[in-house]
This record gives sequence, C-alpha cells and structure tokens, in this order.
Amino acid sequence: MNPAPATTRSHGIVRLEIPARAEWVAVARLAVAAVASRHHFSVEDIEDLKLAVAESCTNAIQHGPPDGTIAIVCELDADGIVVTVRDRGQGPPLGAVAEERIGEAGRTEELGVFLIRALMDTVEYTSDVRDGTQLVMSKRVSE
Amino acid sequence: MDIKVNVRESEGDAYVVDLTGEIDVYTSPKVKDAITELIDREHYNLVINLEKVRYIDSTGLGVLIGGLKRVREHGGSVNLVCTNPQIKKIFDITGLVKIFGIFDDEQSAMKALA
Repeated sequence: MNPAPATTRSHGIVRLEIPARAEWVAVARLAVAAVASRHHFSVEDIEDLKLAVAESCTNAIQHGPPDGTIAIVCELDADGIVVTVRDRGQGPPLGAVAEERIGEAGRTEELGVFLIRALMDTVEYTSDVRDGTQLVMSKRVSE
Repeated sequence: MDIKVNVRESEGDAYVVDLTGEIDVYTSPKVKDAITELIDREHYNLVINLEKVRYIDSTGLGVLIGGLKRVREHGGSVNLVCTNPQIKKIFDITGLVKIFGIFDDEQSAMKALA
C-alpha cells in the first residue's frame, strides 16, 4: 500500500500536518523553508520564516492537547508567502511584548511570540474554545 | 536534527560548553541538562560556544537566559561565542545582546569572564 504523500501542492498551496510533538517541529520548519525557496526569498528571509513557523508550532505544542496535530498551510503568491498554522489548543494571547521584558528568565513563551511578530510582515491570531488557535502570518519577498 | 553537547574545563574555574547542531524545542532539554549539571556542581563561570550552532529558537534562548540567571545569583557569568549572523540577529532583535556578553571567539569570551 502506498502511503499518502506528506504534502499536497495545488496552485501554489502546500498543506502539511504534523503530530503536535517537539520532534516534528524541525520537519515543519524545513518543509516551509523548502516551499519558500520556490520563491525569490533571500536566505535571511527564509531563516526568518523557519523560525516564525517553528515558534508557532512550539506554541501549539505547549498549549494544545498532547495527542493533537498541527496543520500548516503555505500559500505562495506574487508578493510572497502566507503561512497558516492551526491547532486545537488555546494558544497564548499574542499581545505586544515590551522589549525590556524579553530578557527576563522564564518568559520564553513571550519570547517566541515576540520573534514571530518581529520576523514576519503581518501576523493575525484567532483563538476560541471550539475551533482552537489559528495564526496567519505573511512575509513579502524583499525588493 | 540533533544537538551535540561537549563540556570541558578551561582556565580557572571556568567551563566551556561546545554546542553543535540546532537548538529547538526538541533539543533544548539536552542543553539545559548540561548547563544545569555544571551549575549544580557549583561552576558559575561559563562560556557557551555557539559557533557550530546553525539554528536557535525561543526555547534555546530560554535555556541560556535561565542559566545566566542562576549563575548570576552566585556572582557568576555566562558569555557566548557566536559568529553566525542569523543567530546574532536573533539576539539583537530580542534585546538579549544587552544581557549576554557575546564574543567572536572563545579567547575573548574567556578573557571577559575574568
């Protein structure tokens, strides 16, 4: 029996679903980097994207059910990439984090949120009990 | 993806932790264990060599911050060796350049501990 492919690509959209476990985060970030490399992103932009996706997955692992999954959808368009990360948990509030608080030990969760906001061009976050948490973030190809 | 951790004694009471690989939510516990063990053995002056680290996320940064906080309680310090521009950028945008000593080579990092 042939296993289903891990990703499905259609009209510039790639979908990936990983177990919500730490050992799978590297797979997610490398897959998104591979998708982004189809565009004209710089190496630095791709590294930013990898980290933002990894931080989103880490949030999902920390706040989602232990046997859950994380769905990642990458959509390439003329301007860049839109990445949606969705899970069944209740993620942390993605409010702005004051820079002076970043260095405080134990605030790594906020550090992750701070990094996502700093590295991506746009970040939209929704979370509710019924639908879980969804993070939609985009990055434009640098001029 | 994995992280290799090598701990070695250096000048005086200082220890160097050489890290090779990627530090993320999966691998950072291994780094944390190594740093915690050193601190539990009352070694409070550490150089953490990130020269061969290709990637670090917030959990990795958290481990470094936690280690720094603990050694400072005992008058110690943690200096980092880092030349990777992407990783230096992460320290820069998070403001962690203000709390860590970050050096281009191990010798400078050791010298600054003294």
